[in-house]
Amino acid sequence: MNSRERILSAVKQNKPEFQPLPETTRFQSDYPDLVAKFSEILRFIGGTPVLVANYEEAETYIRQTYSDLPSVVSKVPALSHLATTDWDVVDPHQLETVDLAIIQGVFGVAENSAIWVPEERGGHRVLPFICQHLVLLLNTADLVPNMHDAYERLNISESGFGAFIAGPSKTADIEQALVIGAHGARSLSVVLLQNS
Amino acid sequence: MENPFGSKPATSNMMNHSEAAEVFTEDIDRTTWHDKTLWFVREKRDKAVFQIPEWEALREAGSRIKHNALSNLDEYLLEFEQNAIKNGVKIHWAADGHEHNEIVLQILRETGATQMVKSKSMLTEECHLNDFLIEKGVDVVDTDLGERVVQLAGEPPSHIVMPCIHKKKEEIGALFHEHLGTEKGASDPKYLAEAARQHLREKFLTRRAALTGVNFAIAETGGFVVCTNEGNADMGAHLADVHIASMGIEKIIPKAQHLGVFLRLLARSATGQPITTYSSHFHRPRQGQTMHIIIVDNGRTTQLGRPDFRNSLKCIRCGACMNTCPVYRRSGGHSYHNAVAGPIGSILAPNLDMRKNADLPFASTLCGSCSNVCPVKIDIHDQLYKWRQVLVAEGYVDSTKKQGMKLMASVLSSPKLFRFSGKAGRTMMRLLPYSVSNPLNPWFKQREMPEPPKESFREWYVNRETKK
Ligand code: SF4
Repeated sequence: MNSRERILSAVKQNKPEFQPLPETTRFQSDYPDLVAKFSEILRFIGGTPVLVANYEEAETYIRQTYSDLPSVVSKVPALSHLATTDWDVVDPHQLETVDLAIIQGVFGVAENSAIWVPEERGGHRVLPFICQHLVLLLNTADLVPNMHDAYERLNISESGFGAFIAGPSKTADIEQALVIGAHGARSLSVVLLQNS
Repeated sequence: MENPFGSKPATSNMMNHSEAAEVFTEDIDRTTWHDKTLWFVREKRDKAVFQIPEWEALREAGSRIKHNALSNLDEYLLEFEQNAIKNGVKIHWAADGHEHNEIVLQILRETGATQMVKSKSMLTEECHLNDFLIEKGVDVVDTDLGERVVQLAGEPPSHIVMPCIHKKKEEIGALFHEHLGTEKGASDPKYLAEAARQHLREKFLTRRAALTGVNFAIAETGGFVVCTNEGNADMGAHLADVHIASMGIEKIIPKAQHLGVFLRLLARSATGQPITTYSSHFHRPRQGQTMHIIIVDNGRTTQLGRPDFRNSLKCIRCGACMNTCPVYRRSGGHSYHNAVAGPIGSILAPNLDMRKNADLPFASTLCGSCSNVCPVKIDIHDQLYKWRQVLVAEGYVDSTKKQGMKLMASVLSSPKLFRFSGKAGRTMMRLLPYSVSNPLNPWFKQREMPEPPKESFREWYVNRETKK
């Protein structure tokens, strides 16, 4: 018997009597204002929510906030002219020098301000992680209350890779002192597009 | 041996828990600081949990999903394997730590890689993968900041979520000065974290192989989820030609929708965050990349066959039981001489080696705080109590009473500790759930046992914190 067979037969032999799945694995969160909740949580975890009416306002915010960053990748069609660097590189290692990445999130979750970013949205899997700073765009209509709603909306195996991203990268490994900017992006702005 | 931090698990001249704890508690300031730091994390957990009105129902759901998963584990493993293969992932099975390590080495050799970055995986700690690979000439770099710190110090992690929680920033500064060339005497966490970022970025960019752990493996889709705050798992995996993910058989959950339950429970329980910064869902290798999953037993099927202890396999490794444990907080993770420390580690360890780990189920007051915070409702303190019975019956414990007394002396009632904890140690002892006459829990027999408590455990802590 190889290890696979040995493990499987040991599991079969040793497992407890069958126990059914619980009927309830989904709970409702009643947040009166999803944008307010999302923004509150995002601030709490070190991100910056920015509410704008349209792409022009989004652009103004990005230009004002990140004017000093030379290498910008934009994967958002409406903001493609902000790019100074091509996202479509052959080798993802080339993205090492990207200062700012602008990516459109698919939807956001109010309870924890996580945003679903599948690989297609970044072009390369590594983009939202390797960039120094990250801007995620999100339509306010694409906010759901909690993670149960999120997984109801999501087919996780549709993309080869996808991540919920909540806030900038961080660590508290040194004496529990919170430091923003560990290995991933040093900052995260979420630009919330209203009425879209 | 004057420094318990230097001790590696599984060494022959290893101290038992109470001896190691005694050394740890010799430094009163450090013990107090360690205790307070962990309690601070526990308080953050409470704050996060109180914001979720359905928390108890969520725990119940998490617990029952895990029960279902364990009761049908062989089927789910097969389903997972089948789907993962369909996704283009290579599946390997390892009966024990050694086989796991050999598989990793084999993959690296096939790739021609002699260097690897690794993100947090307690399983690889359990298998002693680093030592094995280094001996075979492979350069392994741990990329989680806390893990890198302990790796540079030549120590194992002391906590499953916060690997270097036992280290002061000055000590980390000294390590970084020596290994990363930071300024002498520098201890600002921000400065040190930035130095680690620069140092590890170079590793991410140059390594062709990356190994990550697995938080959840989904039978329904054949994918797996890795949760980190630092982004190190993603930096490693998305830049490497080969991604190896190591998982214990118990990481399986049946369906994608169950992630909703577990991702809501995990980070809140671990650090009080609403979710980790990154919850990365891997299903298929990216173009030109190969992806491997190693499914590891290493004693888990044995534990599954122990009715009293199989529920420990529900663990999602949040660390909450450690942060809340009065013994863990005052004895430090290394005193448990096992990859996983604290209450849950003390249940898992005797399964692997009863003789070596017979002391661990005694490293507890059985106060039950661990079971109360556990997001998947593992009956941790009951299992610790049951292990004591098994270990005594099997003859691994010389005298139950002596074991308990040793802990009492080292962690809970040392005169030195009383100076700062005073009422603390006493109060805790009076909250033990078992009767005075219980021979497996001998502390009540201590002669200088004080009066019964006037404050509850919780009240005591609240008061203690505000007094500071
Ligand atoms: S036993 Fe429970 S509380 Fe402890 S680490 Fe595991 S899941 Fe968390």
